[in-house]
Amino acid sequence: MSDHNEIDRVSGRSTTGHEWDGIKELNTPLPRWWVLTFYATIIWAIGYWVVYPAWPLVSGYTTGLFQYSTRAGVATDLADIEKLRGEKMAVLGNALLSDIEKDPALLALARARGKTVFADNCAPCHGSGGAGAKGYPNLNDDDWLWGGSLDQIMQTIQFGARSGHAKTHEGQMLAFGRDGVLKKDEIVTVANYVRSLSGLSTAPRFDAVAGKKLFTENCASCHGDNAKGNPELGAPNLTDQIWLYGSDEETLVETITNGRAGVMPAWVGRLDPVTVKALAVYVHSLGGGK
Amino acid sequence: MNKPVSPDELITDEDGPLYAPRKKVYPQSVSGRFRSIKWRLMAVCLGVYYLLPFVRWHRGLGAPDQAVLIDFPNRRFYFFFIELWPQEIYYFTGLLVLAALALFLMNALGGRIWCGYLCPQTVWTDLFCAVERLVEGDRRAQMKADAGPMTVKRAGRRALKHAIWLMIAWWTGGAWVLYFADAPTLVRDLATFQAPVIAYVWIAMLTASTYLLAGYMREQVCVYMCPWPRIQAALTDEWALIVTYKYDRGEPRCSVKKAFDIRSLGEKAGDCIDCNQCVAVCPTGIDIRDGAQLGCIQCGLCIDACDAVMTKISRKTGLIGYDNDINVQRRVAGKQEIFKPVRARTVVYASLITVVCAVMLYALMSRTLLDINVLHDRNPIAVRLSDGAIRNGYTLRFLNKRGFDRVIAIDVEGPANAKLHVIGADSVTPDRPMIVLGRDTTTELRVLVTAAFDEKAEKSVPVTFRVTDIGLGEVASATDHFVLP
Repeated sequence: MSDHNEIDRVSGRSTTGHEWDGIKELNTPLPRWWVLTFYATIIWAIGYWVVYPAWPLVSGYTTGLFQYSTRAGVATDLADIEKLRGEKMAVLGNALLSDIEKDPALLALARARGKTVFADNCAPCHGSGGAGAKGYPNLNDDDWLWGGSLDQIMQTIQFGARSGHAKTHEGQMLAFGRDGVLKKDEIVTVANYVRSLSGLSTAPRFDAVAGKKLFTENCASCHGDNAKGNPELGAPNLTDQIWLYGSDEETLVETITNGRAGVMPAWVGRLDPVTVKALAVYVHSLGGGK
Repeated sequence: MNKPVSPDELITDEDGPLYAPRKKVYPQSVSGRFRSIKWRLMAVCLGVYYLLPFVRWHRGLGAPDQAVLIDFPNRRFYFFFIELWPQEIYYFTGLLVLAALALFLMNALGGRIWCGYLCPQTVWTDLFCAVERLVEGDRRAQMKADAGPMTVKRAGRRALKHAIWLMIAWWTGGAWVLYFADAPTLVRDLATFQAPVIAYVWIAMLTASTYLLAGYMREQVCVYMCPWPRIQAALTDEWALIVTYKYDRGEPRCSVKKAFDIRSLGEKAGDCIDCNQCVAVCPTGIDIRDGAQLGCIQCGLCIDACDAVMTKISRKTGLIGYDNDINVQRRVAGKQEIFKPVRARTVVYASLITVVCAVMLYALMSRTLLDINVLHDRNPIAVRLSDGAIRNGYTLRFLNKRGFDRVIAIDVEGPANAKLHVIGADSVTPDRPMIVLGRDTTTELRVLVTAAFDEKAEKSVPVTFRVTDIGLGEVASATDHFVLP
């Protein structure tokens, strides 16, 4: 450490006393503007603490004079959007469900709203275009477990199926095998009989008479004597070409043995009535609606 | 290997500065043939620019009735009887191609006619110079004033000049924004401070740029900023008529008296008396007698100045004139002057212009005012119905470019016995759905096509949607595919 008060011969300035490998640091004062700017930033920072949220406390934080909050900002923005949307949606809310499809402007509005809501809420099960999957109905075809009219679709969206809501659709495919109602060979026979109803091939030594008898005794109460199904109970039509879980013998045996009870949630509390209405119109316009 | 630079070789102050300071140009007023052509062209150009937004053109109820309007909010461009939609932007490409070809042709015939007579920089600078001369006096008065001290009178004149300049610049910026909204309404809104902020911003920007470019930068724009002088050098040839000092006739320069003496001795004396008038009137401050050069915008004012002098001293006019190098050489060789406007180059340009014009005109006349686009559903791509039939979903988009509502019928051709179902159609007959298309809008429809499933059929067959305007009989169609699952 060299002398603190040493004067540099070239510049005439004192040094700081710091020296590295013979190079000494000049004690050059900071420019006044720089120092003032530095003080100004300190004052600014103190002002910032007062005005904006700054200090974490034990259970909370200082909120500041402005009560600024990004979360509240988002809420305000969302409220603004809702207000803007509300004006348009009010028109939709006032229109009769059956009239919406007759008005091109209302239909376009309902479809646009329905499409985004569908993507957010329905697509995980039914697919982005409503094509469905095994166990999740295709909403583009014309086969509807609980009915495909506008009113019926809206009913299903609102209260769901087996959702636990008081107004939900109820109906069970019983577990005929597991509950010991039918024996294994009887189940195979009924499965083959059901396949024959829609013109599918059957096992070589399949007994059609026994199949029909078993069907009438066990299945007809829900699926109907002609196996056309019953939308009241959500019982599918067994004579058409659309199968929710598949139509091969193995799948049918599985269905008859253990039963089926897919759940569609109720949306009545989660989506507002106008949105449900738009959703019903959108699903109906996918092409499957009756 | 780079040779190390010795300190002696470095650029020092003695080599002069690295840039040339601007020498102020004081163009002198002049009158004559080219000056009057320039006045008239200026009146036409500025007249069109300032007044065009106020020209009305009736297009029917609900449509804007401004003859030329760029309607950004509604994405339409109106030009008298033409209304263009965003997807027809290629007409502007055609227009730009035409403009380029026209420039090429101009250049092949008469050099930089654009620069000298039509370029906005030239037109507004000319106007600003005229104002300057009107307020502060001509070349001599201005030079004298600039050399002398600032007096109250001079300061007042200068302030007046800038006020007039700013007013012209402000009008120029103001006229620009009128092309983007209904002009009379916008003028009223601007005056009452009801106009959108962007209008004021644009007016401010264009006021500033006009004032700076035409008031201060002037010839600097032509010499340092504009790419056109560089490009045109590659486009011109020895046949193009350019402003030329005929040195074969002008040299050697000498006074009238000296020329008389020389000629009486039977020797050759030039017609140029070195009066420098051609330099004094030049708006870019060049000497045309140095030959063709970058700074020359070929406005022809030096021709007017020289002709006036030649007339005064009773010599033949045209010492400076539109001419070319070929003729200079031919005259020296004692041959006839020759002008050839019809050459391979000009013929090619002219025929290209004709072709582009014809193509654009045909495209404009035959463009459809009823259009259809089709988009196939992607998820699901095909649906099997309960009776085994197959159904495909499509979104159809119709464009009605006419200014009135129209009823259209939709037909489908494709797989055998295909049935069309339009969601939300005002069906007149079940087999031929009809809908109303609003005027000057696009309409989107969701349609379903159903056909019996055929195991042996190909996985995909073409399907064509055809729309027919019930009233006018106009037809448009679009083809997509009908797909089996």
